[in-house]
Amino acid sequence: MASSVSGATQDSAVSTGNVTRVFIYLVLILFALFYLLPLYVMAVNSVKPLAEITGGNMMALPRDWTLEPWGAAWSTAQIGVSPTGLKPYFLNSILMVVPAVAISTVVGALNGYILTKWRFRGDTWVFGLMLFSCFIPFQIVLIPMARVLGLLGLAGSVPGLILVHVVYGIGFTTLYFRNYYAAFPTELIRAAQIDGAGFFRIFWRILLPVSGPIAVVSVIWQFTNIWNDFLFGVSFGGTSQPVTAALNNLVQSSTGVKEYNVHFAGAILAALPTLFVYIVAGRYFVRGLMAGSVKG
Amino acid sequence: MAEPAQADFRTRLQDWLPKIVLAPSFAVTLLFVYGFILFTIVLSFTGSKMLPKFDAWVGLANYQRLFSLPEWKIALVNIAIFASLYIVICTLIGLMLAIFLDQKIRGEGALRPIYLYPMALSFIVTGTAWKWFLDPGIGLQNVMHQWGWESFQFTWIKSNTMAIYTIVIAAVWQTSGFVMAMFLAGLRGIDNEILKAAQIDGASNWQLYRRIVIPLLRPAFLSAFVILSHLAIKSYDLVIALTNGGPGRATAMPATFMYSYTFTRNEMGVGASSAVIMLMTIAAIMVPYLYAELKEKK
Repeated sequence: MASSVSGATQDSAVSTGNVTRVFIYLVLILFALFYLLPLYVMAVNSVKPLAEITGGNMMALPRDWTLEPWGAAWSTAQIGVSPTGLKPYFLNSILMVVPAVAISTVVGALNGYILTKWRFRGDTWVFGLMLFSCFIPFQIVLIPMARVLGLLGLAGSVPGLILVHVVYGIGFTTLYFRNYYAAFPTELIRAAQIDGAGFFRIFWRILLPVSGPIAVVSVIWQFTNIWNDFLFGVSFGGTSQPVTAALNNLVQSSTGVKEYNVHFAGAILAALPTLFVYIVAGRYFVRGLMAGSVKG
Repeated sequence: MAEPAQADFRTRLQDWLPKIVLAPSFAVTLLFVYGFILFTIVLSFTGSKMLPKFDAWVGLANYQRLFSLPEWKIALVNIAIFASLYIVICTLIGLMLAIFLDQKIRGEGALRPIYLYPMALSFIVTGTAWKWFLDPGIGLQNVMHQWGWESFQFTWIKSNTMAIYTIVIAAVWQTSGFVMAMFLAGLRGIDNEILKAAQIDGASNWQLYRRIVIPLLRPAFLSAFVILSHLAIKSYDLVIALTNGGPGRATAMPATFMYSYTFTRNEMGVGASSAVIMLMTIAAIMVPYLYAELKEKK
């Protein structure tokens, strides 16, 4: 199942006529253009002088290429009250996302290992309760979370955001690893136990070496979700807001001339890390994700 | 004497170790998810304004006030329009693209990532791109005018009645490719022998898909529905980035309502009650689904 997702690996039994095939290609290409359109608009207009956007055609290629909007978006654009550009917020995002992804993935792997190989009475309930937490609307936790972060002295700080993302991320990472480890033969674990291997040794020596594919899924999922998060960032970020909050601030600011080219450059900057991850490892992600969700 | 006791201690430690390692995650979930849910539910029965206050019990007054507020009614109508269109259109586009891509298409390897990449973007980025592309002054309408179609009009994003549909467009753009991937995985999982047998029996392509393939995709439909409805109810970022709830409050949604009443209007009790309604709606969809999933797996 998992491997068949990528590439047409089997013959489709359905045969189609020539007219139908032309129609199918036409539709597929039209949709490809639809999906590419906003990216094209952002890219093309991020290298135009502002006058070419306000007085020209958004779909046209730039007449005077300029990288100034990119420089402005990165280091001089007005974000809120200070002209800092997106740079400091971008760094906040990195400082937040790296530990949050690492911690939630490691915890998820251990949880998945326990919930499949060290089963105990009521483990399905424990898992069910953790699983449901993936799907709650986060509005239900915003008020108490603001309170608790304040009490812990973490309000408006990067460590506070790390805590929030780990807490609400372990449900998903546990789900991924649990589904993956469930398919791993438990007899091998028992045999290792009889040979005297302990809890951590079995995890380290037997399960971890085969966990590559699911670790990729977990890391990409967490990275994309945490990098792209806006609600927690804007609610709890304070002076350490992530780049999504800063971008929104930049675009929505009601003062001065709207610098569309800077907005587009900023949007691409904010999207670059996740796009990069997607281009490099997206295949593995979709494969792993589908293997988990379709198997049911 | 000492050795067996130590060994005994070690085996007992081994017995407990898994539970000890799992305990922090479970405790954190209980506190930060279920404890917080309880906190918000209790809060929704109090007259809290700027800060949580648990001594001012008001019973159901917040809920009564919530459902008498015009802005909440707008939010409910909007979420109904948005969620139903978003789910239906994403499912239709996703299914169609998946079926088409499954016809031994040349260049499938190039098309799939193009359909899927929007999923990697933040809703804030998506909102920014579509906000300016749909802006009548510089975006689509202006482009058409430049290309000579002078009478072309597209001002949905500035219109009280039509702005909600621009959110549907952007949201469908972002997630329909992902739904396509779910259906494609489902299609690739179907046994070809079944299809060949049906063809030998003289079934047309249309009949084949309608009678055999689509019913076999039931699990994918269910997963798509659950994921999309959950995304729809939570939708906050996209609305903020695309329309900021406007023009006026024409595109207010429960998520934006909750935020503005809790944190900017200092009506925390009302905000909490709106969050409880959101949770109950999602729970009504998710709990049966998760329950069935977990039961099956046992």
